[in-house]
Amino acid sequence: MNAHIREDWESADAFEALMKTGESIRFGRRGFLKACAGAGGGLLLGAWLPAAAWADASVAGAHPGALVGLFVRIGRDGKIVIGARSPEIGQGVKTSLPMLIAEELDADWDMVSVEQLPLGLVFGGPPPGVAWKWGPQGAGGSTNIPDAWQELRQAGARARRMLLEAAAKRWDVPLDQLRTDKGRVLGADGRSLGYGELADAAAAIPVPTADVELKKPEAFRIIGTPRRVVDAEDIVTGKARYGIDTMAPGTLVAVIARCPLFEGGVKRFDATAALAIPGVRQVLPLPGPKGSEPITQNLVAGVAVLADDTWAALKGRKALKIEWESGGHDAESTQSLDAQCQRLLAGKGQVVRNDGDIDAVLKASDRLIEATYRVPFVAHAPLEPPGACVAIDKDSMRIVASMQMPGGASRMANAITGIDRSKIEVIMPRVGGGFGRRLSNDFVAEAVLLAKASGKPVKLMWTREDDLAHDFFRPFGQQHLSATLDGDGMPTSWRQHLASASKYHRRPDVKPEELWTAELYPDDFPAGIVKNLRVEWSAVHSGMTRGSWRAPAHTANAFAVESFIDEIAHAGKQDPLALRLKLLDHDTMDYGQHGGPKFSPRRLREVVRIVAEKIGWQRKLPKGHGLGIASHFTFGGYTAHAMEVSVGKDGIPVIHRCVCAVDVGQPVNPLGIEAQMMGGTIDGLSTAMDLEIRIDKGRITTGNFPDYPLLRSARAPDVEVHIVASRESPSGAGEMGIPTAAPALANAIFAACGIRIRRLPIGKQLVEAVHAKRA
Amino acid sequence: MAIEFVVNGKDMTFEGDPEMPLLWYLRDHAQTLGVKYGCGVGACGACTVHLDGGAVRSCSVPVSAAAGRKVTTIEGLAQGDTLHALQRAWIEEDVPQCGYCQAGQIMAAADLLARTPDPGDDEITALTNLCRCGTYPRIRKAIRRAAGLRKADEVKA
Ligand code: FES
Ligand code: FES
Repeated sequence: MNAHIREDWESADAFEALMKTGESIRFGRRGFLKACAGAGGGLLLGAWLPAAAWADASVAGAHPGALVGLFVRIGRDGKIVIGARSPEIGQGVKTSLPMLIAEELDADWDMVSVEQLPLGLVFGGPPPGVAWKWGPQGAGGSTNIPDAWQELRQAGARARRMLLEAAAKRWDVPLDQLRTDKGRVLGADGRSLGYGELADAAAAIPVPTADVELKKPEAFRIIGTPRRVVDAEDIVTGKARYGIDTMAPGTLVAVIARCPLFEGGVKRFDATAALAIPGVRQVLPLPGPKGSEPITQNLVAGVAVLADDTWAALKGRKALKIEWESGGHDAESTQSLDAQCQRLLAGKGQVVRNDGDIDAVLKASDRLIEATYRVPFVAHAPLEPPGACVAIDKDSMRIVASMQMPGGASRMANAITGIDRSKIEVIMPRVGGGFGRRLSNDFVAEAVLLAKASGKPVKLMWTREDDLAHDFFRPFGQQHLSATLDGDGMPTSWRQHLASASKYHRRPDVKPEELWTAELYPDDFPAGIVKNLRVEWSAVHSGMTRGSWRAPAHTANAFAVESFIDEIAHAGKQDPLALRLKLLDHDTMDYGQHGGPKFSPRRLREVVRIVAEKIGWQRKLPKGHGLGIASHFTFGGYTAHAMEVSVGKDGIPVIHRCVCAVDVGQPVNPLGIEAQMMGGTIDGLSTAMDLEIRIDKGRITTGNFPDYPLLRSARAPDVEVHIVASRESPSGAGEMGIPTAAPALANAIFAACGIRIRRLPIGKQLVEAVHAKRA
Repeated sequence: MAIEFVVNGKDMTFEGDPEMPLLWYLRDHAQTLGVKYGCGVGACGACTVHLDGGAVRSCSVPVSAAAGRKVTTIEGLAQGDTLHALQRAWIEEDVPQCGYCQAGQIMAAADLLARTPDPGDDEITALTNLCRCGTYPRIRKAIRRAAGLRKADEVKA
């Protein structure tokens, strides 16, 4: 787990221990697997990943039943069940991670089924006394595939080795005369045994403790082939269960009236009318943030209504009389934040990267171009709103919720109740969308607090209005870019100054001078390519809660940088494609942020070349059509978009074609990657076109979806996805589709009608600009 | 006064608040949890069910409006073990990402296909159910495929 995402995991609740443990228990040389015979026969392979110092005996002694949690289970009938460890938020890991195991196990995918694992922790051992049972369980930063690439293939390979050894013993032949194919061990003489027939014997074989040789990519039969979502049938028949689909007997449904004023409080409330509503059982106050105190850090002060069902709870909430207390942000509005940016950008910021001597170049140059770009606050708005089901039974607890960070939820629950973490069961159903919203476990904390205070199992529901008013929003900001050009139109210096409300909000562990690290990735293009380069950051002050939004700062920065490259091309009378191909023809360089350690401009150049070729960059276009292109390196993946756009007389952009190319290294599940790129593209376009969380008088004025119009089918283009057939080690694909969608669109709009989009969302500005042009 | 109606072929009676949105009745009381909440104001379609065969957004209909009528949720769309053509097409086209919107998408599409067995692209893209994961391109493909599957089924029958 790299530093970037560890911070995200921690931002949820400010505990340090677990992720540090996560570092020390990586599978591989230090970890080992354990196998045993299953209750009904067959081979059970539990991934067992203790810190190196743990003695085997002490683990087994302390936790005799620990291997009941299954990772790979081979039944006597040859059916294989593979445990999926990470939350499935729609990014496809419930399919792709088991594919890694199945590949090296040489299983027949048709005989494989997948079961979601609960949170798996083992306790005891050296401080902090807790470790992952099956490896890291979380969803964020597109890290699942790269994290699992070695270790899950090893898990599969070791299980396969055990089956081979069992067959070698039975036939009394040397191991190297045997091979496997699709769930069978084959002998040199044509004999064969199904894995099911060998499962019992294999369970008695010691698990290999050293790394087993893995397949060469040429031999892959599952990795790199299209595999459908394993839960598809459950989803289309309504059987799939999500976080808010659970209801323990005797559960009360809770909804919370939260203070709408940023960082405000509850002055007084009157629950009489609410309690008079049939079905309403209890009304309970909830605390707001108390400084940096970790439990309440991400909470909002409010009053909860607990009732027999959702409708009674909602009616009860409506009947509450609450007087709110100001949090001191009453003057904050969307306009005041824009004005704040303008002031900051007029001055100097904190310098976070300074190459060469841009002042000298500036003095000597007579060709300066500059522009300011803006991105708004946006919400995650997963279609399943936050919520959690919590049942506390004296000294044990069960949490069922849609989460991205189940380990954090367990720590949070322990901190609130004091219940031992080994007694906190955390169940992960399917998650109705994450996008970064569920990196925070505020909703779990609320449900635990209410279950504790009410003495009842609680199912907490958030309405869409709650969600849009109390999210951890993608930071708002403006950035000013300027560049000097040489006689050929190539940039000789580059200055980028971002003013933003850092996503590191209420983070006492982050020093003020480090807040920028969430906002700018200083090794991003064109650093290292334009030799005189300065990057600066200024802090925007805001009461808005902020957090990680799918592909965090890349969305803002790729929009600005890739639009500005287009502006440089036009100012220098160059073809935007030609300029990009020239700039990206550069050797691989170090990349110090998440997605590193290397960045290869030529891999980026290749995806640019692909989309340009596929869209027919040089072809003659219908009148009024324009082509736009953009590319970006995100978390280890390389993406480019090219779009063909026209802008109607009504000022509405129409996307006629949308082409995307991606290089995420060795593709694991091409069908899943295509889905992520389509979805990411549409997410990027949706956000660029119309989405903004608006603020007035220190509160959010955006209410529900009618004020926050996500793209619907009619305006969502088909997305043509080209996946580079790479053999590099893989990165995740969940976030790669977004950053380049907005700038490719904006560049295409410029090419189509000469109007430059520098502020997001596009919203009505294009309508107004088209009218102004025609007038 | 008790409200009587049929949910997925089963007779139901409800004696609670007749103003309760059908959505909350279906989720909290009938336990048909395939019906999803996304907005509560008729803007997303996650809660789409059929009322006497026609699609409605169940968050925006009081349970009293179902009196004497037939409610079909995603759980009741298949004929026994035989999946609806749309459900098969959805699997074939690998539509779901998070999957949360998909029950509503399928119910809306089923209504479209019932009214218009061979819908044109305009009619398919006119469906207004939201998908936050952006599965629209595959949804459109799946609806086209299902329209074809249904024709093939009819020929067989
Ligand atoms: S929940 Fe009914 S339309 Fe959104
Ligand atoms: S698949 Fe996630 S909302 Fe549609």
